[in-house]
Amino acid sequence: MIRSELIQKVADENPHLYQRDVERIVNTIFEEIIGAMADGDRVELRGFGAFSVKKRDARVGRNPRTGEAVDVEEKHVPFFKTGKLLRDRLNGK
Amino acid sequence: MAGKTLTRMDLSEAVFREVGLSRNESAQLVESVLAYMSDALVAGESVKISSFGTFSVRDKAARVGRNPKTGQEVPISPRRVLTFRPSHLMKDRVADGNRK
Repeated sequence: MIRSELIQKVADENPHLYQRDVERIVNTIFEEIIGAMADGDRVELRGFGAFSVKKRDARVGRNPRTGEAVDVEEKHVPFFKTGKLLRDRLNGK
Repeated sequence: MAGKTLTRMDLSEAVFREVGLSRNESAQLVESVLAYMSDALVAGESVKISSFGTFSVRDKAARVGRNPKTGQEVPISPRRVLTFRPSHLMKDRVADGNRK
């Protein structure tokens, strides 16, 4: 399923809404999640999962082609943990 | 880093502000989006949201695990797990936003 198919499903379920409003609604949800993580916040959606930010410490990496050592700065990466309900549903429980 | 936790309520509040719908309907729409995504995943489909990321379902084979506390061997049955791969845009925005 891709974004446009998700929008279509929500639009079909809500015939009283304009398609462009459904697009804005769906886009707002994803944008809000990214914005929260960019602020260092977590987004916890019970039953679905939680988005959070993990810190990766600075390290000395290596250029895989040349073998040369390079300093890699500390950075923050997005992380998603599946919620219990969804994990159980994936396994037919 | 602020370290707040947002919930469904914050997402529906954002939808409420963005489109002129009632709070109740905004909350229902957030629920719908999560339900359609969950249903697709449970059906074994991947969910690809451009500029956000990709959720995919992977099958894990059975293996023998070990209770790290007691060292006792325990069988782990085959299972399906969900993985999320963030888009480059999400990675960049999260990295930039959290840089000191």
